[in-house]
Amino acid sequence: MSKKPTKKEIQTTGHSWDGIEELNTPLPRWWLWTFYACIVWGVAYSIAMPAWPIFASGATPGLLGSSTRADVDKEIAKFAEMNKAIEEKLVATELTEISSDPELVTYVNNAGGAVFRTWCAQCHGSGAGGNKGFPSLIDSDWLHGGTIDQIYLDVQHGIRDPLDPDTNAAAQMPAHLDDELLEPAQIDEVVQYVRQISGQDADAELATAGAEVFAEWCVSCHGEDAKGMQEMGAPNLTDAIWLYGGDVDTLTTTIRHGRAGVMPSWSYGTTEGTSRLSEVQIRAVSAYVHSLGGGE
Amino acid sequence: MAILDKHHVLEKNATLLLIFSFLVVTIGGIVEIAPLFYLENTIEKVEGVRPYTPLELTGRDIYIREGCYVCHSQMIRPMRDEVERYGHYSLAAESMYDHPFQWGSKRTGPDLARVGGRYSDAWHVEHLTNPQSVVPESVMPSYSYLSHVPLDSTYIEERLETDALVGVPYTSEMIATAKADFVSQANPDEDYDSLLEHYGEKVNVRNFDGQPGLTEMDALIAYLQVLGTMVDFSTFQPVASR
Repeated sequence: MSKKPTKKEIQTTGHSWDGIEELNTPLPRWWLWTFYACIVWGVAYSIAMPAWPIFASGATPGLLGSSTRADVDKEIAKFAEMNKAIEEKLVATELTEISSDPELVTYVNNAGGAVFRTWCAQCHGSGAGGNKGFPSLIDSDWLHGGTIDQIYLDVQHGIRDPLDPDTNAAAQMPAHLDDELLEPAQIDEVVQYVRQISGQDADAELATAGAEVFAEWCVSCHGEDAKGMQEMGAPNLTDAIWLYGGDVDTLTTTIRHGRAGVMPSWSYGTTEGTSRLSEVQIRAVSAYVHSLGGGE
Repeated sequence: MAILDKHHVLEKNATLLLIFSFLVVTIGGIVEIAPLFYLENTIEKVEGVRPYTPLELTGRDIYIREGCYVCHSQMIRPMRDEVERYGHYSLAAESMYDHPFQWGSKRTGPDLARVGGRYSDAWHVEHLTNPQSVVPESVMPSYSYLSHVPLDSTYIEERLETDALVGVPYTSEMIATAKADFVSQANPDEDYDSLLEHYGEKVNVRNFDGQPGLTEMDALIAYLQVLGTMVDFSTFQPVASR
C-alpha cells in the first residue's frame, strides 16, 4: 500500500497553468555529487595535462608533461633497446654468413618476414609467389641475380627507381612497334620463335623466320641461347616461367610496347636523408627472401 | 538569485531564446577554434611542403570524387604500430595546402598518408584496374575506367585560382603556366622546365599510366606518388611537447 505524499513533502515551483502545477523535485544526491566531481576533475585535468592556450608558443604543457609524440618515441626506443644486441650482430655479420648462425636465422625469419609482409607482399604476394609483372621470389629463376649480396643491393636501391641515383638501372625491353624498330609481321614471327624455344605450340614456319629476327634484335640482352642475362635484367626465355605471360597475346604486347618493371628503392626513402627501411630491416628482409627457397 | 529569477523572460520569448542560445554556442566555438590561429605550433615549420602541381591537384579531385577517403585515411597517428607500418607520423604541415584535408576517419583499406614512392607506377595501374590481381584478399573495387577517361586542362587555371583564394600560395606565374605544367608532368618528352621551376626539382615527371595521352589514371597516380614525400625529415625535429 503506497502512502500518498503530502503537500509538505513535495514542493512545487509555484508555476501553475490551468490548475496544473509544476513539481520541484530535487536532483538525486548521487547525480549531483557526480556532477560536482566532474567539474573538479575537469579543472584538475586541465592543470595536469596540456590544456590552456594562453601562450602564443603553445598551450600550457601540464604538470605531468604528457606528450603523445614523446610517448611514441619512447616506446620505439624501448623496443630498439630490446633488439639492440641482435640487430648489432646482424649489421656486423657478413651477409653470406647469416644463414649459418641459428640465432640470426630465427631473427631474420621473424623480423625479415614481418618487413616482407608489410612492405613487399603487395607486389610479390604474401607468400612471395609473385604476380603478373612482379617476379616470384621462391623459385630459382632470378631476373637480377639471386645471391644474397645482389638481393641486398636490389632491396637497398630498387630496380629502375626514377628517384634513386644508385638504383639497379637494368636495361629495359624496348617498345619495338611504338619506336618503329620492328614491323608487326616481324613481331608475329619472333613471338612464334619464342614460343618454340620455350617448348610451347608454335607455327614452325613463322618461328624459323623469327629466329633471324631474334638473332638480330634480341640476343644482345637475352643472349645467343635466349637464357637471359641478369646484368641486363633480361629473363630466360627457354623455361616455363613468365613474368608477364608466355601466351601469344601477352608476348606480342610485351614486344610491341616494351616492359620496364620498377621496384622502389628502400634505402632512399621518402625524402633525402631519411630512409624508408633501416639497414637492419633491409638486411633482415634480404636474408629472409634469400632463405625462401630460390637463393643462390 | 536575481539573474535566475529573470530566466522566465528568455523562456517565454522564442526570438530572445534563439539569440542567447546562439551567443552561448559562439563562445564555445571561439574558445575551441580561435587559439589555433595564434598558437605558433598549430602548424609546425617544416621544409619541403609545396602546393600540389596542376596534375596532382586534378588527381586529388579524382581521389575525392571517387570517395577514396571513405576507405582510406591519410593520417598516421603517433603510435608505434602505425609508425612501423606506414612511416613517420603525419604532421599538420603536410596537409596545410589541402582544401579540404583528407585525414579520413575510417580504414577499410590501409592509410595512404605516405604511399608516395612505396609502389611503382605500374603497380598502381594494375592495382587500380584490378586490385585482386595483386592483392587477392583485397575488397577494393576496380577503377579501370580511369585509364579510358581523357583529361583536359580547360578549367585548370580556375582550379588553381580557387585554391589561391583560400590561401594556397599559387603565384600568378604558376597560374599562367598551369596548362603547360598540367600536360608536361605526364609527358617527359615535352618541356617541363617551368614545372620544375615552380614546384621544385623533386617533382615526379613520368608517364604515370604507361599509355599515350593524358588520362585520369595519370592524374590520380601523380597524386598518390607525391603523398607524404614532401617533408624533408632530415631537417625537421619534432617538438615533443605537443
